[in-house]
Amino acid sequence: MAKIIKNIKSNTEHHAHDWLTEHGDYLYRFALARLRDQHQAQDVVQETFMAAIKSDTFAGQSSPRTWLTGILKHKIIDLMRKSHQETNVSALLSDEDANMDEFFDQAGHWAEAVKDLNMPESALEQKQFLTILQTCVDKIPNKLATLFMMRDIHETDNAEICKELNISPTNAWVMLYRARMHIRKCLEINWIDR
Amino acid sequence: MMDCRKASQLISQSLDQKLSMRVRFTLQFHLLLCKYCSRFSQQLNVLNVAIRNIGRLVENDKNITLPKDTKESIIKAFESEKR
Repeated sequence: MAKIIKNIKSNTEHHAHDWLTEHGDYLYRFALARLRDQHQAQDVVQETFMAAIKSDTFAGQSSPRTWLTGILKHKIIDLMRKSHQETNVSALLSDEDANMDEFFDQAGHWAEAVKDLNMPESALEQKQFLTILQTCVDKIPNKLATLFMMRDIHETDNAEICKELNISPTNAWVMLYRARMHIRKCLEINWIDR
Repeated sequence: MMDCRKASQLISQSLDQKLSMRVRFTLQFHLLLCKYCSRFSQQLNVLNVAIRNIGRLVENDKNITLPKDTKESIIKAFESEKR
């Protein structure tokens, strides 16, 4: 019996090296795309591999990559939840409503014209556009950006995100609204005059 | 009459949840008359898709690899797990 267990263990350990070689870089990029922080991404990937070799749930029913990515998603959500608790969400909502007075005049009209963005058409333009969009996303507070990334992981289930991050649905839509307003404005400035 | 401030809020909300028929109708009416808001609406829809693509840009960038020292410390952890 002990021998069998030992065999299983050494088998998992053998797999673990393969997993690291074959999927380590992918998992790191997956984490980095969502957390946007190299150290945090390294940590969650390490935690994922440790959880993987300790667990025996992988029975070949899915590909190792799918299985490892599933573990990683949970680690990322845990981390986002933790860092969210440390931030005062209301601090992100300093004026506590969605008025966005810098964008509208007293009558509620757009203070400045909403310009035509001439959305990218060619592949090259699309790449440029995404690069500019990335810098615009980087400019908004990290927690707002996290909300977008959470949507990505959860495939747009907003109710779930609110539950995970412990924010009210009202706060969530105000946060998303503000983030979109700022990102769009940033694009207008940087994409049109590129 | 709905103003642009309110319209822009509803446009953003409509990306995350289904608006009531009545609200949608009022919003559509505003969009029909307001060039800026209909531009805004169109742009938010593109933005919504593009933001998801940003993640994919990083995810598919083969130049980004797990740093060597992280790999080494994972291997070390494997070894100590074995014992």
